[in-house]
Amino acid sequence: MSGLIKSSIARKVVMALSGLFLVVFLTQHFVINITSVIDPETFNSWSHFMGYNPLVQFILQPILIAGVIIHFVMGFILEIQNKKARGISYVKYKGSANAPWVSRNMIYSGLVILAFLGLHFYDFWVHEMTYKYVEFLPEDPSRYHEETVEKFAPFWRTIIYMISFVLLSLHLWHGFSSSFQSMGVNNKYSAGIKIFTKLFSVVIPLGYAFIALYHHLNPITH
Amino acid sequence: MKLYLKIWRQKDASAKGQMVDYTLDGVESDMSFLEMLDILNEELISKGEEPIEFDHDCREGICGTCSLQINGRPHGPDTMITVCQLHMRSFNDGDEIVIEPWRAKAFPVIKDLIVDRTAFDRIQQAGGYISVNTSGRPVDANAIPIEKHIADTAMDAATCIGCGACVAACKNASAMLFTSAKVSQFALLPQGQVEAADRVQNMVRQMDLEGFGNCTNTGACEIECPKGISLENIARMNREYFSASLKG
Repeated sequence: MSGLIKSSIARKVVMALSGLFLVVFLTQHFVINITSVIDPETFNSWSHFMGYNPLVQFILQPILIAGVIIHFVMGFILEIQNKKARGISYVKYKGSANAPWVSRNMIYSGLVILAFLGLHFYDFWVHEMTYKYVEFLPEDPSRYHEETVEKFAPFWRTIIYMISFVLLSLHLWHGFSSSFQSMGVNNKYSAGIKIFTKLFSVVIPLGYAFIALYHHLNPITH
Repeated sequence: MKLYLKIWRQKDASAKGQMVDYTLDGVESDMSFLEMLDILNEELISKGEEPIEFDHDCREGICGTCSLQINGRPHGPDTMITVCQLHMRSFNDGDEIVIEPWRAKAFPVIKDLIVDRTAFDRIQQAGGYISVNTSGRPVDANAIPIEKHIADTAMDAATCIGCGACVAACKNASAMLFTSAKVSQFALLPQGQVEAADRVQNMVRQMDLEGFGNCTNTGACEIECPKGISLENIARMNREYFSASLKG
């Protein structure tokens, strides 16, 4: 077992499992977010549930944060090892001849997503934590929709979110199906997994971008 | 045809190498790439210069010795071939051709275009074999019935010639395709089951010790492999490795 923990294969499986966990979270997050466009009241009630349910707040939220940290820390560790493994670079290296751009640049799409997460945490998570645990403001189940829409009033924030979703799409395009290969799944289902990966990596980020743009274009006027 | 060559020259393992420009005229399209280098070397020798060292042996695509990165790709622009099978008809008059050795920390340059690939030997020695008595009266292989598609898949894995193109192509200099082919050729067959758990664990451990990078599933190795070794082997090795590790 000690060999397993130190091995390159185990590190890749950690990347794959944490990545798939984040894919599940992305889906759940999207389902809640899309209600902010379809039905603000549902969005408010689900958001309030997620914000105040002890299981979500004190068990699932720390697990999620751990999942994010494990994924990017392991990504950095692997990247450093990979750079060391080449040592001297080629004078001419034609990577595009044998591998797609997205698969060769996961670290860069990942870094953009990480930077986006910093902004996203500042926008929503820090605000939530301050509201509940610093300022101790009273519960208000009707505030979430309006707060969300207001966030997308500035054009720059909407644009940053949308660019980040493009990079998220590219990251998923390779990462989702690749995680199955890392876990040893390469069989008759792999073609289906690749098709689902392409659908997922377009539909979900496009949906997120739509939500951001929708709220930017439809501000709440009092 | 006239070619403008940029070739990596390095005096020895400890020297700092550099790209050197050569112009070679009179190259014919039906020459192999190695013949072209032979002619360049004859010119260099006739001028009293040090010839360019490069690896080659069988010159028929089965030994895996000719290891050159040509214009940014292992074994050059064509697929499913080694350098000795690459012909000058794949190039045009006036082309610039950049020729470099495989680049990987685990494959240090010995001289010019020759790298030390004994890291592959050590991975193989760590478990890429079966312990059977081959002397005296060998048992007919056909005595153990094996489904054809399994025998074919094992044979496909066994066609790996250990050339190192997978490492050279991979952006991470990973040796997963090579190691997985050597694991798979035994993992698929009943003769390989006895030592299966030790084999995969020892070979992966050695692969990691040699300093190869991690696999990011870009698929570059599969595209550049002259024998078409499939990524399925890497998935199989991952499964074998986990089941062996969990069994203890």
